[in-house]
Amino acid sequence: MTRISVQVDGVEYTDDVEPRTLLVHYLREQLGKTGTVVGCDTSNCGACTVHLDGSSVKSCTVLAVQADGQAVDTVEGLATDGELHPMQQAFTDCHSLQCGYCTPGMIMASIDLLKENPDPTEEEIRLGLEGNLCRCTGYQNIVRAVQQVAGGERS
Amino acid sequence: MTAVDDKPTSTTSQIGASRKRKEDRHLITGRTTWVDNMMLPGMVHLAILRSPMAHAKIASIDVSGARTAPGVLGAWSGRDFADVQGDLPCAWPVTPDMVNPGAPSLAVDQVNFAGDAVAVVAARTKGEAVDALEEIDVDYEPLPAVLDLEAALADGADLVHESAGTNKSYTWELDSAAAGSGGSVEDAARDAEVTVKRRFIQQRLSPGFMEPRSVVVQPADEAVTIWSSTQIPHILRTMLGLTLGIPEHKVRVIAPDVGGGFGGKITITPEEVIATLVARALGRPAKYTESRSESMSAAHHGRGQIQDLTITATRDGKVTGLDVHLIADMGAYLRLLTPGVPVLGAFMFPGIYKFPAYRFRCDGVFTTKVPTDAYRGAGRPEATFGIERIMDELAAELDMDPLELRRKNWITHEEFPFTTVAGLTYDSGNYEAATDKALALAGWDELKAEQARRRESNDPIQLGLGISTFTEMCGLAPSRVLGSLDYGAGGWESASVRVLPTGKVEVVTGISPHGQGHVTGFSQIVADRLGVPFEDVEIIHGDTESSPKGLDTYGSRSLTVGGVAVVQAVDKVIEKARRIAAHMLEADEADLEYADGTFSVVGAPGSSVPFGDIAFAVFSAHDLPDGMEPSLNSEATYDPGNFSFPHGTHLCAVEVDTETGHVAIRTYACVDDIGTPINPMLIDGQVHGGLAQGIAQALFEEAVYDDAGNLVTGSFVDYTLPTAADLPTFHTDRTVTPSTDNPLGVKGVGEAGTIASTPAVVNAVVDALRPFGINDITMPCTPERVWRAIQDHTNGSQGAVR
Ligand code: FES
Ligand code: FES
Repeated sequence: MTRISVQVDGVEYTDDVEPRTLLVHYLREQLGKTGTVVGCDTSNCGACTVHLDGSSVKSCTVLAVQADGQAVDTVEGLATDGELHPMQQAFTDCHSLQCGYCTPGMIMASIDLLKENPDPTEEEIRLGLEGNLCRCTGYQNIVRAVQQVAGGERS
Repeated sequence: MTAVDDKPTSTTSQIGASRKRKEDRHLITGRTTWVDNMMLPGMVHLAILRSPMAHAKIASIDVSGARTAPGVLGAWSGRDFADVQGDLPCAWPVTPDMVNPGAPSLAVDQVNFAGDAVAVVAARTKGEAVDALEEIDVDYEPLPAVLDLEAALADGADLVHESAGTNKSYTWELDSAAAGSGGSVEDAARDAEVTVKRRFIQQRLSPGFMEPRSVVVQPADEAVTIWSSTQIPHILRTMLGLTLGIPEHKVRVIAPDVGGGFGGKITITPEEVIATLVARALGRPAKYTESRSESMSAAHHGRGQIQDLTITATRDGKVTGLDVHLIADMGAYLRLLTPGVPVLGAFMFPGIYKFPAYRFRCDGVFTTKVPTDAYRGAGRPEATFGIERIMDELAAELDMDPLELRRKNWITHEEFPFTTVAGLTYDSGNYEAATDKALALAGWDELKAEQARRRESNDPIQLGLGISTFTEMCGLAPSRVLGSLDYGAGGWESASVRVLPTGKVEVVTGISPHGQGHVTGFSQIVADRLGVPFEDVEIIHGDTESSPKGLDTYGSRSLTVGGVAVVQAVDKVIEKARRIAAHMLEADEADLEYADGTFSVVGAPGSSVPFGDIAFAVFSAHDLPDGMEPSLNSEATYDPGNFSFPHGTHLCAVEVDTETGHVAIRTYACVDDIGTPINPMLIDGQVHGGLAQGIAQALFEEAVYDDAGNLVTGSFVDYTLPTAADLPTFHTDRTVTPSTDNPLGVKGVGEAGTIASTPAVVNAVVDALRPFGINDITMPCTPERVWRAIQDHTNGSQGAVR
């Protein structure tokens, strides 16, 4: 067991974890933060995407101990005072989700994508989301959501 | 880019409005109820040991090492449960003599595919359960893998199930001459001016739902509560009760948030049975969640067919007959709908065409691979692929434009209702209108001109143009028809309306959604019909306790059957309310009109009562008409009179790099006719997702077994689910030809995109390569296959590339 201190969605947690514990399992099982989900066991699907010190990572490829001393932001911390994050708003406006299983990861990846490139072309959005799989939407409306937020920030 | 919530000004114009989804809030904020999120006091976690071999006798199995491993509360092999586990149900014995060797959840004496479950461990944590699997000793005596469908049917073939004495499960036939729906294909063959034969392969596909399957079982004395990521909570309840001998009223099944299904969550899974057995054995709640690799290897696959087609025609392009022989891969066992899936396709091979003679024969074959079962479209995509591909090949043979050939043979809009050579009666459709609109949407003429230019200049990037016109049978289905096909259940659906004292309504449906947006669509229907605000409607589903009766969600039946049940239940509420309104207004029922949620006396302005007041009057029950029970609640069960038949025209232009074999979709345009649209935004979403899956079959996806029967595409590393970068922006539009068989005029949309797109894309790829003498590429049309085909043909060899 290793002791770690992590700030998750703005709250400090100190916990003992097995060294092999993945960040996603720490979030889900030890903290009960089940908004972040697991879709694969090969780090291919992106369903588990969170922000680690502000950048998107697949939380199934990060050990919980690697997050020690850092800030983790998940989909559960995005809405403040009941107000949706613009990307969450865009996802529902543009019907960018169906079953919603990929959605937390997609939203986190999309936010990071715009941080890196605030004015992406459609192609750049599609390439930027390559690490996140969605089986329901055919991606078109996800691309629209990212465009909506990018457009909003421009105007 | 505008935000949609196309809020209608009047509650009665809800239908056709792009209302934003009620479902989204919890999904975008992470407040979800996926089964794997469940934590119950005392819950144990399960891990399943799976066969590493395709086919073997289990000489011995010893789980005692696992029993003493850290954190373990129990370990069981198939032998431990042999007497109690029963066989997984198959609800579709398509012929009376169908061979069904039985499907235990945990293999007892023999494993029949790589991934077959052989033992289960329960531990305090999932990690401990997985670790303990290492302590189980299994001695396998390998048997030959049975992989090739034709070899499996040959005399002296190695048998999957020795006791069955054959690898053939059944032969199912439809012959239009025998059925009286048309002539004989033998006559057509004898008189044929042109005959085209082709063999098409429907590769196995993994449904690829993003949420891995998960089940939690809580036992309580005789009863069990089961949370499962299933499409079919109601069917699961009945079947699990039957399989394990638990009285049905002691079984409660809950399908909470379910992360996609596509048919992949339509079966009764071994894991649901195993988790129930363990939970009951330990008297503690038990959770099993599969890994993605388990999902790929042990959740069923879709498709898996060899299709041999012979089409006959006159020189001027009139189709005279179609003869279809399928060999359908059942895999190792018959799961819930396994044998019926290819049989469903029998009715769709004639597509949108009228021709005089048809024969369909299907042999269902066992192999040592994971069982097949429903996958988006189930039987209809395979059939549509066959007919739409061979129409193109016939066109090439006749040196005719593929669209012209279709126009010569399709049912024209004046001819509906039309009974096909397969015996179905299509109620309505307008193939001409959808096609014209699609051609304009795609800019077909310009694409054609560009194709000609590229051909002429020997451009290394060739343009290929593909057409797919299709119809499908949706809204499964009239119970009587399903009965005549030996399907074990009916096709009705139920709904009830509960009116609350404040006039808000709860609508209970037997439909169990997993991403389609039913809560929103059904709310629109109720708001429209009942005249109450959209926001005042709650839709209750997916729990056999609160929604005790239903047949769940598959086959695009939700709106066409479930939605109509809702309409009928709402109408009953309105009729009850009318009586009370008449009483309250001291008027005659016949003098009342109901609009926008208010009863008013015709010709007496000011004399009216809103629905909410009636609801409260019923609740207080102080003054109701004599003999009237104080309830506005109602129930309806709707059994459709016919299938519904959505149709459409899909057009695809691909750019094929003849130097690398790479295929890129340049333009994809489709016009679907799904009858009356309820929520265009949801419809577009369904079409987009369906297209992605159909295109993926054409270009990317294939579940591949090696010669030893190991699945080599066992994860998302090797199995190519398309990403955002692999797909284009789709151009979608609609024509509206309402269904004449249901009061909503709806036809169903969930499968259309998948069904139509696969042949559109492959037709386009083949069209690009036809100048090279290539007339087929086996799916998926990967760069390697395309490149090889070009090489082979440039070097003078002939025939399709596999
Ligand atoms: S669960 Fe992390 S990438 Fe799939
Ligand atoms: S919405 Fe279902 S996987 Fe993306």
